[in-house]
Amino acid sequence: MEVLVVNIQGLSTNPGDLPNLHNILKQAHDSLHAESIRLLPLLDMLDPSLHSLGYLYILEACTSSALSKEQASAVVLPTARFMNSCSKEQIQLAPEKFISVCKRFKDYVMQLEAPMRGVAPMLAAIRKIQSSSEHLTPLHPEFLVLCLLSKCYKAGLSILDEDIFEVDQPKDLLLYCYYGGMICIGEKRFRKALELLHNVVTAPMSVITAIAVEAYKKYILVSLIHNGQFSTSLPKYTSSVAQRNLKNICQPYIELANSYTTGKIADFETVAQKYQEKFDNDNNLGLVKQAISSMYKRNIQRLTQTYLTLSLQDIANSVQLNSAKEAEMHVLQMIQDGEIFATINQKDGMVSFLEDPEQYKSCGMIERIDSSIQRIMALSRKLTTMNENISCDPMYLAKVGRERQRFDFDDYDPVPQRFNI
Amino acid sequence: MDADDETTAAMIDDEIYANGGGEDENRNRPIISGEPLDVEAYASLYGGRTKISRLLFIAEQSRGCRNEAMELEALRMAYDEVKKGENTQWFRDVAQKIDGRLGPEYQMDLAWCESVDRRAEQKREKLENELNAYRTNLIKESIRMGYNDFGDFHYSHGQLGDAFKNYVRTRDYCTTSKHIVHMCMCSILVSIEMGQFTHVASYVSKAEQTQEALDPITVAKLRCAAGLANLEAKKYKLAARKFLDTGHELGNNYNEVIAPQDIATYGGLCALASFDRAELKACILVLLSFVFWNKVIDNLNFRNFLELVPEIREVINDFYSSRYASCLDYLGNLKANLLLDIHLHDHLETLYDQIRNKALIQYTHPFVSVDLNMMANAFKTDVAGLEKELEALITDNQVQARIDSHNKILYARHADQRNATFQRALQTGNEFDRDVKSMLLRVNLFKHESNQKQSKKS
Repeated sequence: MEVLVVNIQGLSTNPGDLPNLHNILKQAHDSLHAESIRLLPLLDMLDPSLHSLGYLYILEACTSSALSKEQASAVVLPTARFMNSCSKEQIQLAPEKFISVCKRFKDYVMQLEAPMRGVAPMLAAIRKIQSSSEHLTPLHPEFLVLCLLSKCYKAGLSILDEDIFEVDQPKDLLLYCYYGGMICIGEKRFRKALELLHNVVTAPMSVITAIAVEAYKKYILVSLIHNGQFSTSLPKYTSSVAQRNLKNICQPYIELANSYTTGKIADFETVAQKYQEKFDNDNNLGLVKQAISSMYKRNIQRLTQTYLTLSLQDIANSVQLNSAKEAEMHVLQMIQDGEIFATINQKDGMVSFLEDPEQYKSCGMIERIDSSIQRIMALSRKLTTMNENISCDPMYLAKVGRERQRFDFDDYDPVPQRFNI
Repeated sequence: MDADDETTAAMIDDEIYANGGGEDENRNRPIISGEPLDVEAYASLYGGRTKISRLLFIAEQSRGCRNEAMELEALRMAYDEVKKGENTQWFRDVAQKIDGRLGPEYQMDLAWCESVDRRAEQKREKLENELNAYRTNLIKESIRMGYNDFGDFHYSHGQLGDAFKNYVRTRDYCTTSKHIVHMCMCSILVSIEMGQFTHVASYVSKAEQTQEALDPITVAKLRCAAGLANLEAKKYKLAARKFLDTGHELGNNYNEVIAPQDIATYGGLCALASFDRAELKACILVLLSFVFWNKVIDNLNFRNFLELVPEIREVINDFYSSRYASCLDYLGNLKANLLLDIHLHDHLETLYDQIRNKALIQYTHPFVSVDLNMMANAFKTDVAGLEKELEALITDNQVQARIDSHNKILYARHADQRNATFQRALQTGNEFDRDVKSMLLRVNLFKHESNQKQSKKS
């Protein structure tokens, strides 16, 4: 073992020696695994940032067998330090080991019931293993789970704001979007939540998974809260298994959505009451309550379209609230949240609805429009590049070549003969 | 211009009442007005099957309103009419409905039924033999007449489905366009009775294609039928146009389907519900021309005819000159009797709602602000109810305004196009963003899947 440590210390400094070191470590793999947790003291002799590769192998061997609680807590601290300070280049040589170490780290942190301890290290780990900010690693969903459990939603949001285009494993993406949706719901960013859940529901899949079902349930509820409506028809690009089966499995939610569109709060509440147990079991009861309050909001917003001033009593009557006082509270909350523009005259008990003061003339607005345009142009370019790439992809051409019609020999053949499979 | 129209109309009215005609002098009041319907006068406008179906419909409706006097009157007349014909099924129905309430002369007469049935059976056999003979002889014209006779036979016995089938069969044996037109007219008649207005529409268009054989009366009949078909299909604007195009040549020639004042009534109501102001003005002029021509042509009938037309014309005139209260009042008065009409019954509520909405919209259209109290007065309703109606119209985007509920004023509001455009542009940008990103993600996933499949294969 000491020989190994000396090698690590010696060969880690020079990047040219790294492949050599890597080979040595690979050969020592089995003997390391035999030692397992007894290797822990060796870590003290190594520096995680300089000797990252060696540190990684030893750490991986330490955690390869099941650990007791005390052993786990002993390992957690060095692992966290390692994840924060390891060197990116050395780690990239053995990514699977790194990922499995991080995953086990998450398990230990959960075992010790201190998910918050794992949030920062996991975030650092993601940055180290990501090839670009558009890359989704298997660590992303683990990170989001830790954020959810420790209620550090803002940390989760920082990752979610980055766009993902490259994916290693579809399952990672589904989990990522699902957990991401839940975090956004927690932070009340319903638009983003809707996007993420939509991605799960419409992802290509050959069998219905539990993730898709749960995501669909939340998708219905968030759609009601954010858009005020829900259409049961899924887009064309949804997989056929999803289109056929999701609706049947989530029947109570569809019924709830249908009663929302009638606009009658009493009806909606009856349906919610009817299936209360189911919603509770799925942990969606909070969302259902938010849907109810969103109904009140939507009704009040509709009033702003028809009235300039309206008495609080009339608002209470038309929105089916119990008293003018309740109406006042609702309106006050909506004004504070910026959902409507109004002023309340308490003396007369009247509310005056005002126009949206946004004139679209300010510098801020121009900047916003300009940045939107730039962003969309960039996206367009990306789309075109991807289109070109696929058109040149040999597999695609082979498939097209097989299925195209056979023209006359003299006709212009857009697909070269080479792909006549 | 309008003043002139009014005075000429008044003069004509005077002349009507002066002329009177040979019959009842005290029948000067309109036939359909606010007062209870004079069933006898109403029924005298029609002939053939529609007379009986209308009478039965009136009886049915009166029964619903518990107006026994009218119900019995209608049933009595229906009984008399049915007995003149050969439809024993109808006779049985009517006798059952009367239920002995009209005394011994209006009881079930089984003997009559049986004799009619026997005669019918004999006639049917005779017709069938003749038809078979013609068919073996392969003389097209006789076969056509044979099927036609069969159709007529079934029609008079109330077997509408068989009648229709037979009329349609004559199509293969029609040799001239006159035959085709005749076939179409018979089919249209039966279809109207059966209530299958899609057939009506198709046969009308078929008949209209044979231009040469059409005389003005037939053209008018076809337009009427087309109007009825549109009315049933709830295409009120088209129905109004067809009815108003019908023209005065129709006179009493189509009273087995429709009476001349029905054209004015149906056309007027549909026009009110669906025309804009320019078309409405033209409509008033057309209705006026009804007045003139019929007076000249048919002395006896114009009394019957014109008594309704002034009512409808008044209603439209009031609407056009923005006297909404009196217009809606008139309509309210007419409602009870119009509900007794077999074709209007199902559509009256919708038409009235549309007319009322149009009145509200037209009232608010020219103003920047409207005092709701004055408007409620103009429409003879209370402010709360008016507010509710306006709220519905605003939500429906038919009125561009906002209600100041505190001061009870309606302010016109025109959407700010510039802001709306900005909003839409930003929103479209966001949607594009979202859709393209998820699309790129999906492409990635697909590539993955196909890579996996490929690696599995190899």
